[in-house]
Amino acid sequence: MKVIYEKPKSISDKTFHYCPGCGHGIAHRLVGEVMDELGIEDKTVAVVPVGCAVMAYDYFECDVMEAAHGRAPAVATGVKRCLPDKVVFSYQGDGDLAAIGTAETIHAAARGEGITVIFINNTIYGMTGGQMAPTTLPGQVTQTSPFGRDPYTQGWPLKMCEMLSTMTGPAYIERCATDTPAHIRAAKKAVKKAFTYQIERGAYSFVELLCACPTNWGMTPGEARDRVGSEMIPYYPLGIFRDICDIKEGK
Amino acid sequence: MNTAEIDKKRCKACGLCADACPKKIITINPYAESAYGRGCAEVSDGCVGCGTCAVVCPDIAITLRSV
Amino acid sequence: MKKLMKGNEALAAAAIYSGVKCFFGYPITPQTEIAAYMAKHLPKAGGVFLQAESEISAINMVYGAAGAGFRAMTSSSSPGISLKQEGISYIAGADLPCVIVNVMRAGPGLGGIQASQSDYFQAVKGGGHGDYRLLVFAPASVQEMADMTVTAFNLSDKWRIPAMILSDGVTGQMMELVDMDDLPEICRYDKPWAANGKGGRKKHNIINTLYLEPEELEAVDMEREKKYERAKAELQDWEEYMTDDAEIIVTAYGISARIARAAVNAARSEGIRAGLIRPKMLWPFPEDAYKRDVKAYLCVEMSRGQMVEDVRLAAGGARVEFYGRCGGMLVDETEILNRIKEIHDEGNI
Repeated sequence: MKVIYEKPKSISDKTFHYCPGCGHGIAHRLVGEVMDELGIEDKTVAVVPVGCAVMAYDYFECDVMEAAHGRAPAVATGVKRCLPDKVVFSYQGDGDLAAIGTAETIHAAARGEGITVIFINNTIYGMTGGQMAPTTLPGQVTQTSPFGRDPYTQGWPLKMCEMLSTMTGPAYIERCATDTPAHIRAAKKAVKKAFTYQIERGAYSFVELLCACPTNWGMTPGEARDRVGSEMIPYYPLGIFRDICDIKEGK
Repeated sequence: MNTAEIDKKRCKACGLCADACPKKIITINPYAESAYGRGCAEVSDGCVGCGTCAVVCPDIAITLRSV
Repeated sequence: MKKLMKGNEALAAAAIYSGVKCFFGYPITPQTEIAAYMAKHLPKAGGVFLQAESEISAINMVYGAAGAGFRAMTSSSSPGISLKQEGISYIAGADLPCVIVNVMRAGPGLGGIQASQSDYFQAVKGGGHGDYRLLVFAPASVQEMADMTVTAFNLSDKWRIPAMILSDGVTGQMMELVDMDDLPEICRYDKPWAANGKGGRKKHNIINTLYLEPEELEAVDMEREKKYERAKAELQDWEEYMTDDAEIIVTAYGISARIARAAVNAARSEGIRAGLIRPKMLWPFPEDAYKRDVKAYLCVEMSRGQMVEDVRLAAGGARVEFYGRCGGMLVDETEILNRIKEIHDEGNI
C-alpha cells in the first residue's frame, strides 16, 4: 500500500497536548509540511512562544528555542543575525505577539529581519484558561471580560496584519484561516510563500492564521470552527496585506 | 483506490473530519480507544481517499494510502 | 604598547578581541560608549552590532545568539539591567553562556547618572526569578575592564553560566593606560548543545527553560546547584594588599577599592596596621579571604551596605563595620581613614 499522505517528517511522533479541535495542530502541520517540501528541517531553527504552543519544541523536529513571553522575534533576531543562511521562524499566539510582545513584533518587522512569523490568532489566552486577548472581539465573553469586551474601557482589538502592512520592512504579510478545507489549503500556500521569501530574499514574512479555541470559547470543535468563519473573518478579513513582489511590479 | 486510516495514538475524536468528509463515511465511535482513552474516528467502507479529512484534522491523525 | 582608553571602550575592544559575534545594545548613561564603540568596530571584525528597541529585546537577542552557540553580549546601566532581568533568568535557566555588562549608576528608579555600587544584590543574589547565579566580575581599573571581559567570556563558555561585568560609572568613564596587547588568552569550548540547525545531527537541540514536572525541574536545579558549588570551590578571586600583619582590613570592590587602598596607605603612614581585601569576583564570593584573625573588617561600598552582608557571613562572627556613600557620591579617602582610626583607637582606650 503506497502512502499518499502522512504526518510530515519534521513533526515528531509525540501526540499533541492540544485540546480536541484546537487550531494549533493544523498550524503545526502546515509548518511541518512546508519544512518537508522545502527540505529545510536540518537548517531551520524554530522559536516557540509562551502560551498553549509553549511545548511546540516537542513537536517540531528542527532545532528549537523556547522564548520568554512575547520575546520570540528578539530571540529569532539573535539567531538569524548569527546564522543568516539558516531558516528561522517564530511561532506565536495573540497574547504573546500582540500584547506583551508588540514592541518586539513591530521592531523585528521594521528591521525587515529575515525571519518568518507564524501568528496564531484565536482571540483568547488559551494556556491560562481563557482570558481577554488583544485580539478578543468586541462583546466577546472571556474570564477577564465576563460581560463581553467593552472596547471603550478595554480597548479595541489589534489588527496586526493591517498595522504591519503600513511598514516598509516586511516583504510579505497575509492573513489566512484554518476553518474550511479551502482556507487551510490557502493557508498552506501562504506559509510556504512566507518561508520561500525568507530563503530566497532574506526577507521578513508574516502569516496570521485565524484559529479555533473550542475549550476556551466554550464550544464544540465544530461550533468553534464555524465561529472562525462567522465572527472572526468578518472582523479580520483574509488576504494578502503586503507583498513586495506585487509592489515592485507596481500592482 | 485510496483510503484514509486513523492513527488511534493521535486522534482525539474532535469530529472535524467527520463533518468535512464529503461521503459522510467517517463517524466518531465514543467507545473506541484513542489518545485520550476513549473516542476515536472510524472510517467505514466507501472511502475514496480524497484527503479532505486529513486537511482539516488538527492532530495529524490521518494517513492516506492507495490500496 | 599601552594606550590611553576609556574603561567602556577598553571593555568593548576586549570583547571584540574575545571573538564576540554580536552585541545587542540600547543607549543609557553611563555605558553608552560601549554601544558606540561596538557600532563602529564590531562590523569591521565580522561581528554584528544591533541597537535593539529595548533592553528587554537586547537581552533576548543575546538569548537567541548565545543559544545558537555564538559569543554574545549586551551592556547597560542599572535601570536598564533591571529590565534585562527577565532575559537573564531565562539565559541562566537555559545554561547559556554570555556576557552582560552593568556600568552601575545610582538607583532606585531613575536614580541618577553618577557612579554607584548599589546593584550588588541584584547581580549577586539573582535579580530575576528562580534559583540561579551569575559569574560576577568587579573591575577596578581600565585594564581590568579589558582583562575581565576576556576572562568572563572564557569562564562563561566553560561553565555555561552567564557572566556579568559589574562595573560603575567612574571605571566606565575614566581614562587610563591600558595594554591591549597583553590580554588573557582566549579559550574556546565546543557547544554541541547549540540550536543552530540540526545539520547532520540525528536529534534536534532544544534551548528551553520549561519543566512542568516538579521532579524533573528539581533535578535540573540540583544539577545546576552542584555546578555552582564547584564554581564556589574553584573560582573565588581576590586581591590582597598589606594584609600579612593587618589588624584592620578594609574590604571593597571596584572603584571603592581604589579609594580604600589610598586610605590604607594613609593609615599605614600613621602607624596603623591596615590592609585591603579586594574581591575581583563577587560571585562566587571570595569567602576564603575572610578566614583570618583580625580585629575588624571595614567594608566600604558606594551603597547603603550590600556586599557587607556577604562579608559578615564569610567573616564568621568577626567584627565587621561598614562605611558607604550613595546616590552617586564617591566614598572619601579621609572618611575611610577616620573610620580606620576610630576602630584602631577603640581598643587602645
